[in-house]
Amino acid sequence: MRHHHIHLLLCTISLFFTCCDARITNVARGNAARELYFGIGTEPAGLDPHLITGLTELHVTVALFEGLATLDSRTMEIRPGVARSWEISEDGKTYTFHFDPQARWSNGDPVTAQDFLYSFQRILSPALGAPYAYMLFDMKHAEAYNKGDTKDFAQVGARAPNPATLIIELNQPTPYFLSLLTHYTWWPVHPPTIEKHGGMTQRISEWTKPGNFVGNGPFTLESWRINSSLYAKKNPRYRDPDSVWLNGVHFLPIQADAEERAFRAGHLHLSSTILPHRIDWYRQHMPERMRFDTALGVYYYMLNTSREPLNDPRVRQALAYSIDREAITEHVLKAGQEPAYHFTPPRTGGSYTARTRISYNPDLARRLLAEAGYPDGTGFPSFEILYNTSESHRAIAVAIQQMWNKELGIDVKLYNQEWKVYLSTRQSGNFDILRAAWFGDYDDPNTFLSLGKSDNGNNHTKWNNPQYDTLIEQATREQDPDRRFEIFQQAEAILLAELPVIPIYFYVTSRLIHPSVQGWHANILDYHPYQSVELID
Amino acid sequence: MLHLIARRLLQAIPTLWLIATLTFVLLHLAPGGPFDEEKPVPPEVRAQIEAHYGLNLPLHQQYVRFLGSLLQGDLGPSYKYAGWRVDEIISQSFPVSLELGGWALLIALALGIPIGVIAALQHGKAAETALMGVAMVGICLPTFVLGPLLLLVFSSGLGWFNPLGWSVPSDRLLPALTLGLFYGAYIARLTRSGMLDTLHHDYIRTARAKGLSERLVVLRHALRSALYPVVAYLGPALAGLISGSFIVETIFFIPGLGMFFVNSAFNRDYTLVMGTVLFYAVWIILFNLLVDLIQMWMNPRTRHED
Repeated sequence: MRHHHIHLLLCTISLFFTCCDARITNVARGNAARELYFGIGTEPAGLDPHLITGLTELHVTVALFEGLATLDSRTMEIRPGVARSWEISEDGKTYTFHFDPQARWSNGDPVTAQDFLYSFQRILSPALGAPYAYMLFDMKHAEAYNKGDTKDFAQVGARAPNPATLIIELNQPTPYFLSLLTHYTWWPVHPPTIEKHGGMTQRISEWTKPGNFVGNGPFTLESWRINSSLYAKKNPRYRDPDSVWLNGVHFLPIQADAEERAFRAGHLHLSSTILPHRIDWYRQHMPERMRFDTALGVYYYMLNTSREPLNDPRVRQALAYSIDREAITEHVLKAGQEPAYHFTPPRTGGSYTARTRISYNPDLARRLLAEAGYPDGTGFPSFEILYNTSESHRAIAVAIQQMWNKELGIDVKLYNQEWKVYLSTRQSGNFDILRAAWFGDYDDPNTFLSLGKSDNGNNHTKWNNPQYDTLIEQATREQDPDRRFEIFQQAEAILLAELPVIPIYFYVTSRLIHPSVQGWHANILDYHPYQSVELID
Repeated sequence: MLHLIARRLLQAIPTLWLIATLTFVLLHLAPGGPFDEEKPVPPEVRAQIEAHYGLNLPLHQQYVRFLGSLLQGDLGPSYKYAGWRVDEIISQSFPVSLELGGWALLIALALGIPIGVIAALQHGKAAETALMGVAMVGICLPTFVLGPLLLLVFSSGLGWFNPLGWSVPSDRLLPALTLGLFYGAYIARLTRSGMLDTLHHDYIRTARAKGLSERLVVLRHALRSALYPVVAYLGPALAGLISGSFIVETIFFIPGLGMFFVNSAFNRDYTLVMGTVLFYAVWIILFNLLVDLIQMWMNPRTRHED
C-alpha cells in the first residue's frame, strides 16, 4: 500500500517535470514560425490610435494600422502608405493623395478617402476628448472645429472628390506635413466598426478587442490577454502582403528585471529597455546584444523663475554651468546618453543642431553667482529639487546636489513624489526646481522650442520672453526651411542665455536585441514598422 | 450554523459599504487624477474626458452614481486600460492569483505542519532548534529576495524551470514556493507550539496509557487540537496569499490580479481601485467565514456558543 503511494507520488512529480521538459525558447519557436517576441515593458493603455499617447502603444499600433504615408525606419524617408502617390500645390498648402487600390481593411472593405474624413472628424470632435487632436491643427479650420468654434465639419480642410482621392488643405505651407502623417493621430479607423461599438465620439468602447477589431495595418489583432500577451497576426488583406516577412508579433508587457531575465533565457527577441545596473554585465559578456539608439528626447530641470533666487538669470546660469554632464552620462547613466549643452536634441529635423551652447565651467559659474550677490554661495537660500520617485532620477539629483555644493557652496534638498502627485505639484507650480523630460511628437525643432513659449501649457517655469514668443511664431509662418531653422537658432540662443530650463542629457533608446533579428533599424523616433524585420537562425 | 452564516453575511453589508466609502474618499483626496500625464492635455479636452467618466459631477453625485452602479453589479470601465471593463480584468486575472495562492497554501501546509509536528516531538533536542531555525529564516526572507534566489539556482543555474510565465504546469512551482515559504514557516511555528501545548494534556496521557502507538496518539488525538491555531490563521493567510502576490507576480511575470491591485492606485484608476478593493474584501469576508465554520467543525464546543 505504502509502495503504491510512493509510486504515485513519483509518477506525479515526473509528469510535472516532463510537461516542461520540451522547453523550447520563444526565440527558437519564433524563428521557426517567423514570429517576433517583443518585450514592451508595460501593458498598452489602449489601441485606439486617436486616444493613445505613449511609445508602448505606438509599438503595438504601428503593426495594426497604416496612415496615408509611412516612414522608412532606416533612412527616415517618407514612403507611400495607403496613398500610393501625392501632389503638392505650388503654394505648398494643398496636398492631393491618390489611394492604393489594394488598400483594404482587415475585414476586406476597401480603405476609402471617406474613411479618412470620418477619422479626422472623429479625432477632432470635441466630445471625443482626443488628447493629441492638436497634431491635426495644421489642417485648415481643424483647430476651430476641435475648439467648437465651428460645428460644420465641411469647413475643415479635407475633401474626398472620389473614394480614392483625398485633398487636404493646410493653414500655411508646413514643411514637416508629410512626416506628421506618419503619426498615429492621422491614421484611419474603420467607420462601421466604430459605429457598431458606441459611435464616433464614444471613448469607452470595445472596438479594439479581438473579434471586434478591424484595422488596415500589415498585422491584425488576433488575441489579447491583459497583462499577459498581445498577438498580432499577419494580415492577409494588407495592401502589400509580400512586403511582410513576419507571420506575427507577440507583444509581452514584462517589467524591468523579469524582462531582462526573459531575454537572457531566450524568451524575447527584443526588450523594451536595458536596466542601468545590467549594462556593465552585458558590456562584458554580450556587447553585441545591446543596442543604443539616439532618441528624440531631452532630460532637463525646469526652474520656477518666479521664485527667488531663481528669478535671477545669473543664478540660473551659475546652476547650469556647474553641472558636469559628462560625469552624469558616463558614471550614472552609462547607456551612451549624450550630455545636453543645448535644449533641442542634435540633428532634429534632419539637420538642426543648436549653435549656441552652454558648457561645464565652474569658474564662470562661481563668478556669475558672486555677481548675483552670493559669493561662494554665502547667503544663498536653500531650495529643493523635486523628482518623481525613481532610482535613476534620484541618482542624477544626488550627483547634481553634490556638484552644486562642491562648485558653488550652495545647499540643495532633494524631494521625491509619486508620479501623479508630482504631476499635480508641477501643475500647481509649487516647486523650485523640477526634473522633467520632453520627447518630440515629430521630427522638428518646433516640438521642443515651442515649449518655451509663454502660452504653452507645458511651460511651468513662469518664464516669458516676448522676443522669444515672436520668434517661434515667426518660424511657424516661415516657408523657407533654411531661414526657418535660422529663426529657431536665434530662439534657442535666447533660451540658453536665460535658462528657464537646464538641459542635462539627451535620451537614448536602449534595447537588448537577439542576433537573429535583422532589419531592426535605429532611428530617433523609435518608429519601427515591422515590414523590414526578418529573423535569421 | 445557518443562523451564523446568515448573520455574518448580513454583517458583511455595512462592512463592504464602509470599505467602499473609505476607498472612494481616500482616492479622491489623493493628489493627482487619472488623466494627468507627462504631456498635459488642454483644459477643454480634459473637461471632455472627465465628462465621459462622470468626473465633472460634484463629488457627492459621483459617490451616489458609483454606489448605484455597484448595486447593479457594474464596476465600470478601467480609466487606464481603455477598452477593458473592471469586471473583465478581474475575471481574467483573479483565477491566476487564486491558483497561485492555492498552490502556495498547499506548500505552506505541506511543509509547515510536518515540520511543526516533528519539532514538537523532538522538543529540547538539536533537531528542534535546527527546524525552528529554518522556519525563522523562512519568515525573515522577503519574497523579493527569495524569488530571484530560487530563479538563480533552479532556472538560470540548473535550468529546471522557465524563468518566468504561467503556461506550463511547472511554472507554478517556483512562484508558489516563493509565496508559500513564509506562510509555511509561520504555520510550522504555530503547529509546534500547538502540539507542545496539546501533548501535555491528560487525554494524551490516557491515550498513551491505553497502549496506543505513538503515531496514532500524535496523528489521531494530538494533531487535531494542535491545528486549531493553524486553522484560525488560515483566514488572514489566505487573504494575504491571494492579494499579496504583487511582488511574486512581478518577479515571475504572472498575469494575476495583484499587479492591478497595486498599480491601479498609482495610476489613480478609480474604478479599478474600487473594483479590486471590494472584490478582495468580499473574498476575505468569505474566507474568514469559512475558517470559522471549519473551526466549529473541529471543535464541537464552539458549535453551541453561537
